[in-house]
Order: sequence, then structure tokens, then C-alpha cells
Amino acid sequence: MSHWLTPEEWTAVRLSLVVATTAMLASLPFGLAVALLLARGRFWGKSLLDAAVHLPLILPPVVTGYLLLVGFGRRGPIGQFLYEWFGIVFSFRWTGAALACAVMGFPLMVRAIRLSIEAVDRKLEAAAGTLGANPAWVFLVVTLPLCLPGILAGMILCFAKAMGEFGATITFVSNIPGETQTLPSAIYTFTQVPGGETGAMRLTLISIAISVAALFLSEVMARLVGRRIAVE
Amino acid sequence: MTEPVLDIAVRHKLGDFLLDASFRSQGRLTALFGASGSGKTSLVNVIGGLIRPQSGHVRVEGETLVDTARGVVLPPHRRRLGYVFQEARLFPHLTVRQNLLFGHWFVPRALRKPAELDMVLDLLGIGHLLKRRPGALSGGEKQRVAIGRALLAQPRLLLMDEPLAALDEARKAEILPHIERLRDEVGIPIVYVSHALTEVARLATTVVVVEAGRVGACGPTAEILSRLDLASRPGAPEASTLLAAEVVDFDEAFGLARLATPAGEFAIARGALRAGQRLRVRIMASDVMLGLAPPEGTSALNILPGRIAEIGERSGEGGSTVHLRLDCAGEALVVRLTAKSAANLALAVGKPVYAIVKSVSVETP
Repeated sequence: MSHWLTPEEWTAVRLSLVVATTAMLASLPFGLAVALLLARGRFWGKSLLDAAVHLPLILPPVVTGYLLLVGFGRRGPIGQFLYEWFGIVFSFRWTGAALACAVMGFPLMVRAIRLSIEAVDRKLEAAAGTLGANPAWVFLVVTLPLCLPGILAGMILCFAKAMGEFGATITFVSNIPGETQTLPSAIYTFTQVPGGETGAMRLTLISIAISVAALFLSEVMARLVGRRIAVE
Repeated sequence: MTEPVLDIAVRHKLGDFLLDASFRSQGRLTALFGASGSGKTSLVNVIGGLIRPQSGHVRVEGETLVDTARGVVLPPHRRRLGYVFQEARLFPHLTVRQNLLFGHWFVPRALRKPAELDMVLDLLGIGHLLKRRPGALSGGEKQRVAIGRALLAQPRLLLMDEPLAALDEARKAEILPHIERLRDEVGIPIVYVSHALTEVARLATTVVVVEAGRVGACGPTAEILSRLDLASRPGAPEASTLLAAEVVDFDEAFGLARLATPAGEFAIARGALRAGQRLRVRIMASDVMLGLAPPEGTSALNILPGRIAEIGERSGEGGSTVHLRLDCAGEALVVRLTAKSAANLALAVGKPVYAIVKSVSVETP
């Protein structure tokens, strides 16, 4: 591949994959927890949490990116706290791109996982309880495996969203080649300079290939899992 | 053992429905019998820990599971009860083998009986299913696996909540013998919820009649089925006599088996019985005729001499029928006659009579 991609383009592809994978994996535990809360929890402010999770889906991505800049920037209240206590910096780093992608993909992930948790037959969990499993074990060996297809779907959706994220990322961490320039940003840059059409087309084709590959992989995994969890 | 197998007294309000039930049972298989909505499933859920009663206690073989006065309410996973539901509730993501061993994993290692799996496979005839997944099983197979799974959790009590209700007659017939073996060969007491009198008559050693959240009656199966006061209640199931029987011989030419029962000998028209086989027979009260003298020239094969032991209240539409209990060689036999027949024969307690039962009317539940 490196024969027909310039080093800069290759960097953008690699960066995009790293950012999307990081976003997907880092948001998974939070996504699971929030989905579980929304599916099973009964608490005050549940609809508020639901709305907050879905916000990035409705807001213009630029707005989300700007809010991230305000909150997680070097001077922002959360950004400052994270830097001082953990040494984590988001602004104008690839980690910031991953954060923007994770936030944008989060509602999709939570939605898919939540639906699959709600679809789990509670009677099976009750049966597991009568067989001596405490609630933690019931979750691990009954609930979690049964909503595995939903978790996989949520991860793939989050990954796909992260691969395509543009507005929030460019607003939050700008468009720095080698650091925050993901595939969409690189394509955008190509379209802004004369003679960039061929580069834009190359990256577009790669973008399509990655998306199709992700979709194909999710289909294969869903089929594997689905065969195991044949519906009774 | 002096402790009752099951000792329950609970009060629990569910909306408009009040469950206020108490009973003690010493039986190997205690049937909770009642119409749909009578509260028997709520009662079993209280035992199983799926409902937390507002007040009362539940003790199994002397061990307290619930005692609200002392603030004891064990969570379901610490009760060590096997629960078989109406639908099998097998885990679809696990194989039959993993399903069976699910509860086994949670038994403390020191208490695990290693030979248990083979015993259960043999008892339920499910050895050939081990590698399959629940989706590939028939309804009857699923339910047998569910019973095996509950047994392998090494419970101190097995709760079965209408385990056959969702199955057709053929599947029921496939499972019933396994439950009988379970009752007779495995030392685990069973609580069996059912609204089907035939199942109760065949399986139960003790019957608890549940009516509108209360215990209407509790006692040995034969006694409860033949109670005249229960039978005369509106909507009550037909009274019947339950007898333990042993096959004496089988007449191939006529397809007729001769049975010895405590009440006397019976000929019954049921194929495929072998000499020495033990079974229960049930005779509906309305299938018995009475005569003052031994009848001659009748087609009925079973004529038992007895005495009238009890005459019940008149019941039925407009008080048209009456239940009677006969004493046949020390064994009770219930009879339902029209009030007019009873008057015509001038029946009174102590009067000798002959009970006439058609062979085809003797059921083997």
C-alpha cells in the first residue's frame, strides 16, 4: 500500500485506525455501564441521563467540538484537572481526536447495548439465581453473553462513526498532520488545494474499503454469535 | 425425622389479592393444587424467594428460609432450592451439558457429589443430548434437561411450577414416569404446583388445596380426593377414590388386567400391564353405581361389598346430587348419586351395599 500512498496519506490512514479503535475500546466500559443503568436502573434523573447521552447525536458536531474545547482544553475545567492529576492532555493531540470520536459514537454504542440488554429474558436471570448464582455471576454468565450481539453491534457502530467523525474533531483538536489529521480531515485538506483531487479520491477509496471491511466483520461476528444463541 | 419437610405460614398482599396460607407437609411430593389465579404460583414463589412475603415464615426440613419476625429472608441464590418452571428456561447460549452443570458450579466444592451427573442422565434419559443446544430440543426434552439442571444444583427441595402445563399429552406422558422415579428414588422432597387433577392423583403423596389465596385443605392425596365436603363445593373438581394397586395377572385374550387393591380386586381394561407392576388407580365418584343386593346379569365386572360410612350434604344444581363414602374392607370409596336414588334405596350410615364399577371406568392417571 505504501507504494501508491504518500507517507502523509499513510499516516492519516494509520492515525484514523488508531483513533477509532481507541475511541471504541475506551468508551466500551462506560457504554456498558450507562446502557445497563438506562436499561435496568430506576433512579431520579434517568431521562436526564438519557438525554445527555443522546445529545451529541442531535447537536451540530461543531457545537460538540466547541464544548469539548471549552471543557477539555488546557484551560478548561476538566482538561486542567486531568492534566494536573494524571498528566493527560487532549487539546491538539491524537488523544483529543479519540475523545471527540468517542463522544460522537457514544450514543450509538449505548443505544445498541441498551436494546440488547432490554431484550434479555429476565426469567432466565431469575432461573440462574435459583441455581445458586449471585447477581454478579448472573450478569457475567447469563446477561453478558446473551447481549453479546448487541455489544458487538454497538462497538462496530462506534468504530464506524469514529472513522467518519469530522466536525467535532476538527473543531476540538484542529487538523495537524501526523497528530490530529484523520482520514476525513486529510480528504478535506486535499479538496482545499489545487490538484488535490487524486489524493482525495485515493483516501476516499480507502475510507470506503475500511467501512465495508468493518461492516463485513460485524456480519461475520454476528453470525457466529447468533449461531450460538439460537433463539429458543 | 420429626421436622416437617415443609412448614409455611405467610401473609402477603398483591394488589387486591391476599395470600394468607399456612400448612405443614411431611410428603415426598407435595402438590399445591388449585384453579388458575388461586395463588399457588405466588406461594411457590414465596418458597423460592422470588416473592418476599410481608409477614410469616418458610421452613424446609427445619431450616429457616424466611422468618419476618426475626428479620430473616434468604436471597434466592442462597436457598439451595431447585426450581423447575413452566417453560424450561434453559440458557440458550450454553450446551445441554453446560446447562445441566450450571447449578453444580455454584455448589461448594466440599459438598459436590461427583457421580451425580451420571445418575441424573440415567434417571431422565437425556445422556444423548449433552452436546446439543437448547434450541435443538423438543419441548419434552427441554423440560427433562431443566429438571436435571435443578437436581444437579443439589437442592434440599425441588419446586416444580406446572412443569407439564405447556406440553401436549404425548410429551406429558413422556415426562411423568421420570417424575415418579424422581419421587421414589431420589431423596429430595418435591413441591409440585398443578391445576390438573390427573397429575396430582398420579404423583402426589400430599395435597394442599389452594383457594383464593388460602389453604382449603391439606392431607394425604387419597384422603383429600375423596373428601365429601370438598367435593360438594361449587366449582370443585369431581370427587374420586385413589387406590394403590398391584397387577396380579393379565388376561391376554380379553386385554384385561386383574388388580389387587386394599378395597378388593378390580379388573381393568388397560393394555400393556405386567404382573407385579404397582400403580395407582382412580375411580370417579360418578362412575360408581350402588345396589342393595349383588346384581346378576350385569355387564360390570367389578362388584365390591361395603357399608355406607358417611353421607354428605346435597349439592349440585338445586341439590340434586349427594356424595357418599363407602367402607370397602376398611378402604374409602366415594360415590355420587342423585338425591332421588339415595332416597329410593333408603340409604343410611351403616347400611350394607354393593358398589358396581365398570372396568373401563377405572382410570390409571
